Amino acid sequence: MSMFWFRRLWQSALTLFTMLTLMFFLFRMLPGDPTATVISPALYPKAQEILRMQFGLDKPLWEQYFVYVKNLSVFDFGLSFHTGRPVADEIGSRLLNTVLLVFPSLITAYALGSIVGAVVGWSRGSKTETILVFLSTALQSAPVFWLSMLSILYFSIQLDLFPIGHIVSPGKFPDETWRMYFSADFLHHLALPFLVNTLYQFCFPFLLMRSSILATVGEDYVELARMKGLSERSVLYRHAMRNSLLPLATTLPMTLGWAVAGSVVIETVFSWPGLGLLMVEAVGRSDYPVVQAAFLLIAVLTVLGTLIADFLYTLLDPRIVNE
Amino acid sequence: MNIFKSFIQITWKSTSGRISLIIFGFCLVLAVVGPHIAPYGPNERCYDAAGKLLRLASPSWDHWLGTTVLGRDILSQMLWGAQTAMLVGLLTALGTVVIGLNFGLIAGYFGGRIDAILMRITDILLGLPFLPFIIVLLSLTDRNIWTIILAMMFVMWRSTARIVRAEVMSLRQRQFIAAARTTGANDTDILYREIAPNIMPLAVTSITFALAWAIITEASIGFLGFGDPDVVSWGSILYDAYASQMMYRAPWWVFPPGIAIMILVTSVYFIGRAYEEVINPRLQERM
Repeated sequence: MSMFWFRRLWQSALTLFTMLTLMFFLFRMLPGDPTATVISPALYPKAQEILRMQFGLDKPLWEQYFVYVKNLSVFDFGLSFHTGRPVADEIGSRLLNTVLLVFPSLITAYALGSIVGAVVGWSRGSKTETILVFLSTALQSAPVFWLSMLSILYFSIQLDLFPIGHIVSPGKFPDETWRMYFSADFLHHLALPFLVNTLYQFCFPFLLMRSSILATVGEDYVELARMKGLSERSVLYRHAMRNSLLPLATTLPMTLGWAVAGSVVIETVFSWPGLGLLMVEAVGRSDYPVVQAAFLLIAVLTVLGTLIADFLYTLLDPRIVNE
Repeated sequence: MNIFKSFIQITWKSTSGRISLIIFGFCLVLAVVGPHIAPYGPNERCYDAAGKLLRLASPSWDHWLGTTVLGRDILSQMLWGAQTAMLVGLLTALGTVVIGLNFGLIAGYFGGRIDAILMRITDILLGLPFLPFIIVLLSLTDRNIWTIILAMMFVMWRSTARIVRAEVMSLRQRQFIAAARTTGANDTDILYREIAPNIMPLAVTSITFALAWAIITEASIGFLGFGDPDVVSWGSILYDAYASQMMYRAPWWVFPPGIAIMILVTSVYFIGRAYEEVINPRLQERM
């Protein structure tokens, strides 16, 4: 058991390390001079030279790599080429914005999806089932940025219920303090992207739950529960649904990293200053210290999610024994 | 061709499969003939009788789906875009599955170090943020539909490889493989003559999922403004509508591309599901 987890941890660490090494060299192949915004060509050559030294760009590539790894080990991600501020500061607030948008809607979607999926799967062959399965497949097939655009057209423009984008009204929190996150204005801005994302994320857990509930029909333990004289409702909630939750519980942690990465398009439409939007902007500016840190962060989230998923699996299903 | 024929036959058996195949076939025909029947060029500016540029004209007899802020005919753009979506989608899906199938076969069959290395590569690819990484790859080269296809293939094969690998590992233990080995078949024979045919149903379902995913991804790349600047795609139409900040005045600009993507991808999902149900009788029983 412990040997298995030790090997898994070691593998994950190795994966992350290989990834960050590959990324380091890959990003340095991006075209364009990334330092053009911080190191203005209009500066004296001497001043340019000093700035370049500050960013460590005067050294050969392999030396830059060792400095990068050394700094990483103390969680120093370097300076952004675009703003000159520390990358950790740049990314921190952006990550928080994405997490506040993505995680609540993901959890809501999984909770709703599993309940509706269970009820619908239990009444298989009904008209509601056919319609819901069709609707959620169609919803899953639509690009989420298009759904976002439609929601803005209808709810923000037509009905004037929600603001068109951004995280708070412009000028309301000029110093962007943490108080902003506790304001009604923030919630008002969050509402529409949250709803769209929840609706979109709902499809997968719904379809998954439905098919795993279908798989329990005719299983011995379900028949036994019925024979005990339990009501149909308790057979579903106490027995069938509990067992069917397993695949859902294990996919949820794995999707966390992907959901953060996948928020790019929704953040673009709603001008939501999150990590996804930052990544795309940073790639455009060849601001590789920022891109590297963002990629690493998402990779850590995904790898951690996979580990949690594996752990939950062994915890929830005692039949699984790791070699 | 044999696989293709049996695929159509199998999918045709279910009602939803039949309807989806017809819809998909219709889209395929539109993609092929679209540019020839399109009334205007994709970037052609349209003028009214008085010679004035037709900005944001609402749908009419001359312009069924209206025009954009630059006076371009949206119906024509949609027809050219159908070709892009279909070409990029089909080639990406095919490439993804061919790469994933081979890597999955090799990793699952040989195991050991080869398997470990290939699986670590898929781990890395799974850990990378999907869309941002594709955008990084596109920034390294020229942006055209071929590099978009390559970049998507480069990332997407990982899922197919993992599914195929798991299946191969269980097939490897079966009797018929041992039987083939005693007759003196070498590894290549066993892999491609004995195991691969048994993986085909799985590969076909993987193609449908890859196709659905590729169409949506291509649209997302276009929407983020990283598409081929010389080719109209459904994603780039939506990008223009969004970036012009005029979509509020012209809803007819926003609806067609999204609806088209939704119909096409839904039909692909249902084709995959219909095929799976027939191939896997246990699923059918439950339906």
